[in-house]
Amino acid sequence: MASSTINVPNASPVVGSRSFLSRLRNGDEIARVITFLFAASVVLITLLLIFELWTGSALPRHKFGLHFFFTKVWDPIAEQFGALPFIYGTLITAGVALILAVPLGIGAAIFLAELAPQKLSDPLQFFIDLLAAVPSVIYGLLGVFIVIPIMRQFIQPALKNSLGFLPLFQGPAYGVGFLTAGVVLAIMVIPYIISVSREVLMSVPRDQREAALALGSTRWESTWKVVVPFAKTGIMGSIFLALARALGETMAVTMVIGNTPTISSSLFSPGYSIAAVIANEFTEATGDMYLQALIELGLVLFLLTFILNGLARLLMLLTTERGSGMGQV
Amino acid sequence: MVVLALAGLVLAQSALLINGAGATFPYPIYSKWFDEYHKANGTQINYQSVGSGAGIKQVTEGTVDFGATDGPMNDDQIKAYRAKNSAGILHFPTVLGAVVPTYNVPGVTSALNFTPEALSGIFLGRVSKWNDPAIANANKGVNLPGNDIVVIHRSDGSGTTYIWTDYLSKVNSDWQEKVSKGTSVNWPVGLGGKGNEGVTGLIKQTPNSIGYVELIYAAQNKVPYGAVKNSAGSFVKADLASVTEAAAGAVKTIPEDFRVSITNSPGKNAYPISSFTWLLIPEKFKDTAKRDAMKGFLKWALTDGQGAVENLSYAKLPKEVVDKELKAINKIQ
Repeated sequence: MASSTINVPNASPVVGSRSFLSRLRNGDEIARVITFLFAASVVLITLLLIFELWTGSALPRHKFGLHFFFTKVWDPIAEQFGALPFIYGTLITAGVALILAVPLGIGAAIFLAELAPQKLSDPLQFFIDLLAAVPSVIYGLLGVFIVIPIMRQFIQPALKNSLGFLPLFQGPAYGVGFLTAGVVLAIMVIPYIISVSREVLMSVPRDQREAALALGSTRWESTWKVVVPFAKTGIMGSIFLALARALGETMAVTMVIGNTPTISSSLFSPGYSIAAVIANEFTEATGDMYLQALIELGLVLFLLTFILNGLARLLMLLTTERGSGMGQV
Repeated sequence: MVVLALAGLVLAQSALLINGAGATFPYPIYSKWFDEYHKANGTQINYQSVGSGAGIKQVTEGTVDFGATDGPMNDDQIKAYRAKNSAGILHFPTVLGAVVPTYNVPGVTSALNFTPEALSGIFLGRVSKWNDPAIANANKGVNLPGNDIVVIHRSDGSGTTYIWTDYLSKVNSDWQEKVSKGTSVNWPVGLGGKGNEGVTGLIKQTPNSIGYVELIYAAQNKVPYGAVKNSAGSFVKADLASVTEAAAGAVKTIPEDFRVSITNSPGKNAYPISSFTWLLIPEKFKDTAKRDAMKGFLKWALTDGQGAVENLSYAKLPKEVVDKELKAINKIQ
């Protein structure tokens, strides 16, 4: 877009066709067409995906209709399929993950960007980037061999003893379940939040900090009241990224969630997530109805991600409007 | 691959490529067979262990030359195959496998005995304590705790689950009605672990748990497992001999198409949770060279090939079954 506005004054003394040729020779037009195609392909792939998921799930969509979202039974033999326990499990585990990861991640990012000396900040950032690149099956193994035993032997009994009056922390402690899956997901998404938030915080102009300090605020006040609000949009972006990863994570979740389609108010209860059930059952799914019900679950996950992203964006629009004065000063 | 195939065509007419896909359970023995057969006869057979369900699907759609499955195709699937390929499909049992109950009960070191009533009760959620009479009566002298039983099953669709639920369906009519048999079922109770290793891992970590794994996996990983009461009334611990005996016990009733479940088989020493695993071979081959190679391989696997079976902890087919199958090979056209 910008290239054409720059080109117009340069090309104006020359005849139209030659201007196009010269632009072509300069590569601008080609670059524009090619990059447009690249950008369009993203939309195309998304549409194709929706189309495939939609046509691939025709049988259960017609048979169950909207009941698919609200029934609890998942019985491949009787061909009764309901997505509710999986939707519940996906939302709960992602929710637990964000509750744990957001304060931790943003706190760490603030330290790395604002308070830590460069000598400490850079090597730490290296480790965080490394963590973000670890394959999810490794986090799953970490969950199985370290998080599950710790949860069963220490954390779950401790929670039961102190907060056992809440329905959240009741029932037998198996080690696997919603809480463990949430914890493992939190470990997985924290690097994303730190990495992106730190980058955003560091790009806040120096003037902002200096202005706050000049007005007599302390170091922490300038960070918390000026720098963080300035970077709010970017930090929210890092949280969306974390949410998207938590919703779609498959391997690590299936290794620690207990793989039982249940809906329980207790975080100790074993559960199931959409991505996990697809990964578990797809290869051995015989019969069209069964296979298509799994594809419809894929469609549900897509919808869920879409809706949550939309809500998050809405939230961001509302909050940035209120805080925009701060950002534009 | 193309270069190899071309080179093969030039050098010898026998360098043939056959593709198959299906069950993961027999993969170790199949890959050994295909490798040995390739060395001996030059016929190359590729096998992808993608799961029984996918194997049935791929052979029906004709994307592979043969399939493999841990549970026989049902009548609907056979009908679908016939409709698509205008010819039938044949089942050939190749080796035998078994599924064993494994558990982690603190303080119990000896192998436990399980009756069919105890196993079905536990997996239905009706027997919920380890010292329940259903378990305790078969284990006199073992000090069983009064703790709650944690049931652990496979979360991924698998032939192991098929064999386990097939057995439970036979010994308990409530199970047959409410849950039935399949590669994935709607479990009344329990936690799911992914794969044999997932189930074993959960059992090791969870006190008072019980689950089921393949005999081969248990044997190779030294997972302790219990004995199961067979239809003759004796408690049998799964091993190669008791599994082969289960197949021998079913020989008289084996149908022409070999689609038979041998769980709860008669026979004094038969292990009741045993099963064949099958190759799925089309009745009609368009390519006669492929057909002859396939027949040659089947003959070899059922005779010479059986010698390699026990080294990999699979149980051999009984002689009577092999004889029947060798006759059935002639049906391939």
